[in-house]
Amino acid sequence: MQNAGLRMIEDRRKERLDRGIKVTTEGIYAISSWQEMGYLLLPRLVLICGILALPLVIPSLYWQRVISIVCIYSLLALGFDFLAHFVGLVSLGGAFFIGTGGYIAAILNTSFGLPPILTIPIATIAGGAICTLLLYPCLPLRGVYFAIVTLMYPLVMARIIEALDVLGGTDGIIGVASFPNRWIEQYGLLLIVIVSLFGLRRLVNEDIGLVFRGVKDNDQAVKASALSINFYKSIAVFIASSLGCLAGAYLAHIYMWSGISQFALDFSIIPIAATVIGGGGTLVGPILGCFILVPISELLRAFGTLRIVFYSLILVAFIVFRSEGIMVYAERKYHQFERWVKV
Amino acid sequence: MDILIYGIINSISLALIAIGFALVYGISRLANFAHGALYVVNGFIVWSILNILHINYLLSIILSLIIIGLIGAAIYQFILIRVRGMAISEIIASYAIGLAMLEGFRWGGFKGMTYTLPVFIRGSIEIAGIPVDFQRILLVLIGGLVVLFLWLFTHYNRIGLALKGMAQDERAAMMLGIDSDKMALIAMGLGSILAGLAAVVILPMGNIVVEAGYDKLIMAIAVCIVGGLGSWVGAVIAAFLIGFAQIITVKYIASHFHMVIALLAIIITLILRPSGLFGRQKELEERV
Amino acid sequence: MSFEPVLQVKDVSKAFGGVQALKDVSFDVHEGEIFGIIGPNGSGKTTLINCITGFIKMDSGKVTFRGRDISRQAPHKIAAMGVTRTFQIMRPYYTLPAYKNLIIPLFSPRARKAGGWRGGGKLGDRDTVCIDILEEIGFERDSFVPYKLASTLPTGYLKRLELARCLALRPEIILCDEVFSGLSMSEIASMVPLIERLQMDGITLIMIEHRLRELFRVSKRVMVLNFGEKLSEGIPEEVMADEEVKRAYLGSEEVEESV
Repeated sequence: MQNAGLRMIEDRRKERLDRGIKVTTEGIYAISSWQEMGYLLLPRLVLICGILALPLVIPSLYWQRVISIVCIYSLLALGFDFLAHFVGLVSLGGAFFIGTGGYIAAILNTSFGLPPILTIPIATIAGGAICTLLLYPCLPLRGVYFAIVTLMYPLVMARIIEALDVLGGTDGIIGVASFPNRWIEQYGLLLIVIVSLFGLRRLVNEDIGLVFRGVKDNDQAVKASALSINFYKSIAVFIASSLGCLAGAYLAHIYMWSGISQFALDFSIIPIAATVIGGGGTLVGPILGCFILVPISELLRAFGTLRIVFYSLILVAFIVFRSEGIMVYAERKYHQFERWVKV
Repeated sequence: MDILIYGIINSISLALIAIGFALVYGISRLANFAHGALYVVNGFIVWSILNILHINYLLSIILSLIIIGLIGAAIYQFILIRVRGMAISEIIASYAIGLAMLEGFRWGGFKGMTYTLPVFIRGSIEIAGIPVDFQRILLVLIGGLVVLFLWLFTHYNRIGLALKGMAQDERAAMMLGIDSDKMALIAMGLGSILAGLAAVVILPMGNIVVEAGYDKLIMAIAVCIVGGLGSWVGAVIAAFLIGFAQIITVKYIASHFHMVIALLAIIITLILRPSGLFGRQKELEERV
Repeated sequence: MSFEPVLQVKDVSKAFGGVQALKDVSFDVHEGEIFGIIGPNGSGKTTLINCITGFIKMDSGKVTFRGRDISRQAPHKIAAMGVTRTFQIMRPYYTLPAYKNLIIPLFSPRARKAGGWRGGGKLGDRDTVCIDILEEIGFERDSFVPYKLASTLPTGYLKRLELARCLALRPEIILCDEVFSGLSMSEIASMVPLIERLQMDGITLIMIEHRLRELFRVSKRVMVLNFGEKLSEGIPEEVMADEEVKRAYLGSEEVEESV
C-alpha cells in the first residue's frame, strides 16, 4: 500500500517539512520582518499585477474578449468553490445563476431603460435573492438533494422559457446596451474578480466564515451552539448566487443579448472542472483553472459540442483519480519541502 | 375519458423511464445521472444496427439491450467504483459521463428526421371512441409486464432476493456474504437495460433527439424523488401521479408544461415530505 | 434553589423502525442539581438526550423547560433557550485551533445578547473571550494549548472543549453525554472539581454516565434506564441496592464497582 507522504526506497524515506518561514508566520505570531511579509505577500502581488496587466499585454481584441469570458467563469467557479469546500454544498448548476442574472439585467435594460451601471447591481442582488429563495427548500436536506436540484434548475428553466415562449423565447432578449468603453468593460470585470477573490478569502477567515466551515465540518455541533443551519446556508447560497448573477448580468451587457443558451451546460460544467483542476478549497485554484480551461474551450469552439465531451472527460478523470489540483500542489510546494532521509 | 387513456399511457412511460434509475439507487445507493444518456444512446444503437448492419428489428433490439447493459456495467466498473460512497462525486462523475455520451453523439451529427425507429405494429384501434395506436398499447403492456417481472424477480429469485436485501440493509447483506460491488455492477447493468427497454418502446413514437437525454433524466429524478428514493413501488405510484398531472395540465392549461409539472413536483415534495411517498429515508431530516 | 422543577420530561417515547428505543420515560430535574442518568449500553440514554434537545423528534411525550413546552422545537432554538448538550462522540472543528472552536457558539444570538464574559462589558474581542472561557475550563492560559489545532488535542482537553462550547452559550442546563468516558484516572480527578464548579455557578447538570463511582461523587439523585424504560429513580445507594437494577447491569456485563 502506498502512502503519499512516505515512500520507502531501500533504507531511505521521503519526509515533508514545513519551511522555517512558514512555521514562524503561522498562527498568531506577529509578522516581524520584511522577509516574512514578503513571503506572504509575494504570491498575492504577482497574482494581482499579473491579472491587471493582462489586457495591456494581450494583443488582439478577440483574446481580450476571451479574458472577459474567463473572468465570468471565474466568478462562477469562485462561488462553486466557496459553497463546496467552505460550506459543504455542491452546486451543479452555475448556469442557473448566469441565466437569472442575465435575464434580469436584460429586462431592466430593454424594458426599463436602466443603464449597465444600475442593471448589474440590481440584477446581482435581486438575482441572488431569487435563486436563494428557489433553492431554499433543499437546504435542510442532505447535500445530495441540493446537488440534484441545482443540476436541474437550468435545464428546466431553459425548457420552460422555450415552451411558454416568454422572456423572448428561443430568440432571447436582444438589444441590450453595452458598456460605453472597452476598457471599462475589461477592467471593471477584472477588478470585480480580484475584489471577489480577496473578499471571499477574507470572509472565510472571519468569524462568520468559521460558522460556514463549521456547517460543513460538523453541522450537529453548530446546531448545538444555538445557530440555525438553514439561515447560514442561505447566506452562503446568497453570496454564491449573487456572484453568479453578477457574472450573468455582466455577460448580458458584453454580448448585448440574453437568451436560453445562458442556461447552457458550459456554465455548469466549466466551474466544476476548473475547481477540480485548479485545486478546490483554495479559491485561487478555480480562477487558475478557468484561465486554463476557457482559452482551450475557445480554441475548441471549431469542434462544436466536442469541447463539452472534452471537459466532461477531464472532469471524470480528475475526480476518479482524485488529484488534488494545481493550486493545492503549488501551495504545498511553497510551504513545504521534501527531502530524503535515512531511515 | 381521453384523459384516462392518455394519462395511463403517459404514466406508464414515465414509470418505465424511472424504474431503471430507481432500481440502481434502491440497490446500491448510486444516483446514476447517466440514465438519460443511456436511454438515448440505446436508441442510436438500435438505429445503427438496424440501418447500417441491416439486421432484423427484433434481433437489433436484443443486441442493443445487451450492449447498453454492458456499457452501464462498464461505467460502474471503471469509473463509479472508484468514487463509490461519495455521493456528490458519484453524481458529478455519472453526469459528466452522460454528458460526454450525449454531446458526443450530438457532435457526431446524429440529429434530424432520419433518426427514427419503426413502430412494432402499425395501425391503431379505437378505445371508447379514442384512437390509440398499437405502439402505445404495447407500451402499456410492456410497462406493466416489466413492473410485474421486477416484483416477481425480487421476491422469488435468488439474485433478486439478494438485490432486495441489499436495498434494505447494505451492511447486513454484506455480512451475509453478498458482494456489494458485484451487486452494484448487476444493478447498473439492469438499470441500463431498463433504460434501453424504455427507449426501444417509446422512441418509435417520435424522433431520436439528444435533448431527450436530459428530459428523461429530469423525469426519472422527479418520479423517484416524489415516490421516495429507493422505493420502486413509490416510483410507480409517483409516475401515475405526475403522469396524470401532466396530461390534465396539458389539456386544460397549455401544452409544453411537462417540465414545469416535474419541477413543481420536486419542489413541493422537498418542502412537504422530503423522503417522498414511500421513502425509507427519514434520515434526511433526522441525523445524529 | 426553587421548588419548581426546571426541566420536566413526561412520557417520552421513541421508536426506530421496529425497535422501541424509549418508552414513557418521565422525570423532573430541579434547578442547580446534578441529575444522573445511568443504565446498561443500549438503554436509550443518548436517544433521550437527543429527544430532549430536539435533535430527534420524539413520537410522543412532552418536555417542559421553565414551564415552556420545548417538545417540538428545533435544536438550535432549544440551545438558544439555555438547554445545551455535549456529544458523546466528540467532534470538535478539527481544522480550527482550540480557541477558535468557541467562536461559533459565541456567534449565536444568545451569546451576543448575554454580553461579555464574567459579567459586564460587551462581547468585543471574541478571540479574547474564547481564551477566557478556555481558561475557566482548565486550559492553561499562558501555554500554547489553546492555540493548538483541535485535531491534536488529547481526550481530556477535548472533553473540556465540549463543555466550553456549552459554556460559551451561558447555559442554564447542560446535558452531558458521558463526559467521564475515555479519560484516565487523573484526568477524571481533575474533571470532578470542574463539574462541581459548574454547579456552584448555578448551572443544572444532567449527566449520562457509565463511570458510576465518579458520578456518585457529584450526583445525589440518579435515574436508571433499561431497554428504554425507566427502572428506578432515587439516591444512588437505594438505586444500586434495587434488585432489578442489579439484574439489569449484571445481565448486560456492565459490572462496575459502585458506591
